[in-house]
Amino acid sequence: MATAVSIAAEREHYLNKEYGIRSWLLTTDHKRIALLYLASITFFFFIGGFFALLIRLELLTPAGDLVQADTYNKLFTMHGVIMVFFFLIPAVPAVLGNFLVPLMIGARDLAFPKINLLSWYCYIAGGILVLHAMLTGGLDTGWTFYTPFSTAFSNTAVVEAGLGVFINGFSSILTGLNFIVTIHRMRAPGLTWSRLPLFLWSHYATSVIMLLGTPVIAITLVLVVLERAFHLGIFDPTRGGDPLLFQHLFWFYSHPAVYIMILPSMGVVSEIVTCFSRKRVFGYYFVAMASIGIAVIGFFVWAHHMFVAGMSLYAALIFSILSYLVAVPSAIKVFNWTATLYKGSVSFSTPMLYAFGFIGLFTMGGLTGLFLAALGIDVHVTDTYFVVAHFHYIMVGGTVMGYLGGMHYWWPKISGRLYPESWGRLAALIVFLGFNLTFFPQFILGYLGMPRRYWQYPPEFQVLNVLSTAGSTILAVGYLLPMVYFLWSMRYGKLADDNPWNAAGLEWKTTSPPPTFNFEETPVVTWEAYNYNELPALEEVRVER
Amino acid sequence: MSEHILSSKLYWTIWAVLICLTGITAWVSTVDLGPLNTVVALLIASGKALLVVLIFMHVKYTSEKLTRVVIISALFWLLILLGLSLTDYFIRRPGLAGGA
Ligand SMILES: [Cu+2]
Repeated sequence: MATAVSIAAEREHYLNKEYGIRSWLLTTDHKRIALLYLASITFFFFIGGFFALLIRLELLTPAGDLVQADTYNKLFTMHGVIMVFFFLIPAVPAVLGNFLVPLMIGARDLAFPKINLLSWYCYIAGGILVLHAMLTGGLDTGWTFYTPFSTAFSNTAVVEAGLGVFINGFSSILTGLNFIVTIHRMRAPGLTWSRLPLFLWSHYATSVIMLLGTPVIAITLVLVVLERAFHLGIFDPTRGGDPLLFQHLFWFYSHPAVYIMILPSMGVVSEIVTCFSRKRVFGYYFVAMASIGIAVIGFFVWAHHMFVAGMSLYAALIFSILSYLVAVPSAIKVFNWTATLYKGSVSFSTPMLYAFGFIGLFTMGGLTGLFLAALGIDVHVTDTYFVVAHFHYIMVGGTVMGYLGGMHYWWPKISGRLYPESWGRLAALIVFLGFNLTFFPQFILGYLGMPRRYWQYPPEFQVLNVLSTAGSTILAVGYLLPMVYFLWSMRYGKLADDNPWNAAGLEWKTTSPPPTFNFEETPVVTWEAYNYNELPALEEVRVER
Repeated sequence: MSEHILSSKLYWTIWAVLICLTGITAWVSTVDLGPLNTVVALLIASGKALLVVLIFMHVKYTSEKLTRVVIISALFWLLILLGLSLTDYFIRRPGLAGGA
C-alpha cells in the first residue's frame, strides 16, 4: 500500500498537473471544468435547498406564522428558479457529462474546450444576476414567470432575474453544441454508433433538446423583459398581447427541459445497472432509440400544462393524447433495466441503491404524470400538491437519484479515491426514506384539494404536512452526508485503482484520476458496449474496504 | 474543415441590405394594408433571417453534413412550435375553452 501511495503521488494527472486559482479559472480541461461546475451547482443546490426547508417549516402549521404571504411567494419562486435552472438542468450534463463524454469516446477533450469554459462563465454570470436579484427585491412570479403578472403587476426584480436565466441559457446551449459535435466527430477508432455507451446516447438526446429548445425560452424571457421595461404589447392583453402565447412559448422549452433533467440520469442508470448486474443491457437498441424518441416526442406535449388556462378544447385533446405517447419510450427504458437485472449477478453497492431508487421513484413520477395528462383528472388536480408531488418524484426522485448514483459510481475516477461504502449505503437509504416521507403525503394532500403556492392551509391538512416537513429534514441529512464523506475521502479515502468496479467502458481503461489528455495513446475499440460476459465477476476484483 | 474566406465587402453589403429591410419594415407598418401588414412584416423578417443564416453563418458555403442536419432540424422544430401552437389559435372559441 505504501508503494502504491508513493507511485500515485508521483504520477502526473489532471488534478496535480498545475496548482493555483488561475490554473482552474482559465482551464480548458473538460475534467477541471466539470469540477468547476460541480462546486457551483453544489453551492446553488444548498441555497435552493435552504429555501425548500423554509417553505416546509412555514407549512408545519396551518397558520401563516413563520413568514407572510409576500415572503412565501418569494421563497417558492427562488427555490424553483435556482433548483430548475441552476441545479437540475446543468447537474448531470455539466458535471458528469463534461467529465465523461470525452473519456467514454476515447478523446482528449471536448471538440471546443474554450467554448466549454465559456459555458461555465455564462452559468456563473447568470447565477450572480439571479442571486443579486434575490437579495435586492427578490422575485415572486413563480419559476414560470407567468404573464401578465410578471410583466405588469409584480413589484420584484423580474427584469434582472429574467436576464440572469437568459444568460444562463447560453451555458446550456454551448454545452449541448459541444456534446453533439464531440460525439459526432471525435469517437475513437472502432467506436461505432452501435457500440456507444447508453450514457452517450442519452447525452446526445439531451444536447438536441438543449440546442433546439433553450433559444425559445431565452427569447421568451427577453420578450418578458421588453414588455415589462418598455411596455410592448406582446403578452399583456390590455395592450393587445396574448398571455397564453407566453405559456405556449414557455412550456415549449420547459416541458422538454424536464427531459434535459431526466435523460442524462437515465444514461447514468443504464451504466450502473449493467455494471452491478454484470450483464449487457437488455435491448440496447431500444434503450438508445428511446432516448432519441423522448427528445423528439417531448416537444409535442407542452400544452398539457395549459389545460385549464383557456386554450382550445380541441388543442387540449391533441396534447393530451400526445402526452400519453411520450410515456412509451420512458416505459421501454424502465422495462429494459428490469429485464437487465433478470438472472444477473446483482450486487447492492451504493451506486446500485441509487439506481434502484431512480427506477422506483421515476416510475411513480411517470405514472402520476399520466394521471395529469388525462384531461378530466387534470382539471381536478391542476395547481394542487398532486402536481408538486408528481414533478418532485421525477426531478428529485429521478434526476437527483441518478446524479448521486453517478457521483458515487465515478467518484473513484474523478478523485482517485474510494468513498466509504457503508456510509454510502446508509446515505442512499436515508435519501430514499426521507424523499418518500417528504413527497408521498403531498400526493394525498393534492388529491384532497390542497392548492400549491399558499402559505397557509385548512387545519385538517396538518398531519400530512407535518409528515412532509419531517421527511424534508431527513432528506437534508441524506444530502449532507455524501458531501461530507466525499470531501473526507479526498484526503483520507483509500486510493482507487483504475477500474474499481471492474466496469466496461473506456473511461475505466485510463488511470484514476486520468491524465490531462485522458489517454496515453488513443484506444481502439473492438468490443460491444457492456461486454460484461467477457469481464470477471465483481467479487473477484473487489478492492478490500 | 476547409475555411471559406469571404470578402469584407460582401459582409458590408449584406449588412446594408439588412438595415434597408429594417427601414422598409418600419415604413410598411405605417401604411394600412389590412391583414397584409403582418404578412409583409413576416416575409421581410424571414428574408433577413435567411441572409444572416446563409451569409453571416456561412451556411451557403458549407459542405458539412452536420451543419445541414442542424439547420434542417432547427427549421423542423420551428414548424412544431408554430404548427402545434396554431392548433390552439385556429380553433379557440370562448364557449369551447378547455377547463374552467
Ligand atoms: Cu410537461
